[in-house]
Amino acid sequence: MTNFRRENLGKGYGMHKSAKIKEIVQETENVKTFILDFESDSKPGQFVELWIPRVDEKPMSIAYSDGKELWVTVFKKGPFSSALHEKKVGDLLGVRGPFGTHYTWEPGQRLVMMAGGYGAAPLYFLTQMALNDGCKVDFVLGARDKENLLYVERLKALDGVELNIATDDGSEGHKGYNTEVLEKLIGEAREGKGFKVICEGNTCRREEVTVDPIDKVYSCGPEMMMKKVSDMCFEAGITAEVSVERYMKCGHGVCGQCSVDESGHRMCVEGPVVDNETARKIKEFGSYHRDSMGKIHNF
Amino acid sequence: MNLETDFCGVKFSNPLVVASGVIGVTGASMKYAVEKGAGGVTTKSIWMKEHKGHPCPIIVANEHYMVNAVGLPHGGIESGKHEIEEYQKNQPAPLIANIVATTGEEFALTAEAVSEMNPDIIEVNISCPNVEDEFGRPFACSKDDAADVTAKVRAKTKLPLVVKLSPNVSNIVEIAKACVDAGADGLTLINSLGPGMVIDIDMREPVLANKVGGMCGPAIKPIAIKIVYEVHKALPNVPIIGTGGVTNGEDAIEMTMAGATLVGIGAGVFYRDIDIYGLVRDEMIKWGQDKGVNSLNKLRGTAVK
Repeated sequence: MTNFRRENLGKGYGMHKSAKIKEIVQETENVKTFILDFESDSKPGQFVELWIPRVDEKPMSIAYSDGKELWVTVFKKGPFSSALHEKKVGDLLGVRGPFGTHYTWEPGQRLVMMAGGYGAAPLYFLTQMALNDGCKVDFVLGARDKENLLYVERLKALDGVELNIATDDGSEGHKGYNTEVLEKLIGEAREGKGFKVICEGNTCRREEVTVDPIDKVYSCGPEMMMKKVSDMCFEAGITAEVSVERYMKCGHGVCGQCSVDESGHRMCVEGPVVDNETARKIKEFGSYHRDSMGKIHNF
Repeated sequence: MNLETDFCGVKFSNPLVVASGVIGVTGASMKYAVEKGAGGVTTKSIWMKEHKGHPCPIIVANEHYMVNAVGLPHGGIESGKHEIEEYQKNQPAPLIANIVATTGEEFALTAEAVSEMNPDIIEVNISCPNVEDEFGRPFACSKDDAADVTAKVRAKTKLPLVVKLSPNVSNIVEIAKACVDAGADGLTLINSLGPGMVIDIDMREPVLANKVGGMCGPAIKPIAIKIVYEVHKALPNVPIIGTGGVTNGEDAIEMTMAGATLVGIGAGVFYRDIDIYGLVRDEMIKWGQDKGVNSLNKLRGTAVK
């Protein structure tokens, strides 16, 4: 980040750029994806600060970027997201960034995405980039129920992605947590074989297939889910990366608001994406976080 | 060049301290700054009660300046205590506890409570320009108000006491003298300038949610240098934490020649990230080697005539 900063000082780094909303996609009843005209060198896992004058400025995960446009997927819940949901195609937003660290992968690897709720968006971006590098992806998408599943059609449209769905109420896919699906995937990878359900017309059968080892697991979503993924990967000896979200204000590592215990690392600069080894050293990961005043709250 | 510095009897391995308002939200983050080369740290301004701060955007910056209106968010005295205790577990470098309040009485109470936490130095923030709307003119804009707060705090603490002053006055030397007469052991010069405003011409709106914010960064260095120079000239025996626009070793040397004992770095973190403390330290050492100066103490105030 330091180099990026030095190279871009004098070219508008630190200032907002205005971005026109090019397209708005209604994902679910309360979720919209905003496609912005915004040139950037964004990478999966990074975030931007979105500014609506006289409302607020908020950090948002990047759901996709091809360098020319940038997507954010936003759930309507507070004043900022409600104001954003009121915006129309052609309206301007202030944008700063991209900020922070990003997910990393090697060409040809077998990757598992562990997405909970809105975590689907950045991991979709990562999946696309990794597929371009010849990776194979198991995408495990979790949500409360069928209505809250995000990006299902987009993921189904990608070649090379094995999509697994888990919902708390069983209204789609596996009934339960997506970490239970991860457990199965890890088990199969350990055995080197698994079963695939193959359907022809109305008849389905289970067929034994060989399963490759998992090279890396990525997680984005509720922190308790990520903590579980982190523990499971640690125990299974599988490399992982997680996205540790904290209260971010400046994005430059200046205000100190998103520092974590006990490294003091600022999640807007040294995070949000950290490898599992680092995550396990973050004492507060899966345990507590600080609010906008720096007060501690347990998860 | 030896950078060891004595400030009000407190020993610093180098004169570069984290200025209040950056990084210092948590004990761990202050330790991280020391790992990165800071000779000492200053906490964010500690309030008795929790304080919300301003909505975002809180910061806008470019290669010349940073304008910020963070609004002194803080979790209150217990939160401040927790973070100081965390820092003090194998304390890596001296800690300056910065305090803020809206009345002289509250300053005194806060100073008393914070003194019990055993910081090395107390810094009194009577000069934040971006909470003006809430609290009227900062105490640092009046000689009498500044002296009154200083005296009230002095009565409640035996720790070295430093008062942080505002550049936004026409009589800084008078105010500095009044604080010293009222019991201040040292001065921090300067708090941020202005306030200033930045308008986004595409959005046709001021960028900061607070509309105005304190100006810092490279653009304010000449003002900081001038004020440190003037005050050091008038009060040569009063140690100064010189803060404002320092981003490299030469800036820190310049600040020292103007009369600063410690050198604060705040907005510099925007320009060179948290590595700035170690980078500036090494650049100062290199400068000393190149110029044949073996001790920073020999440079202090040398430009002041």
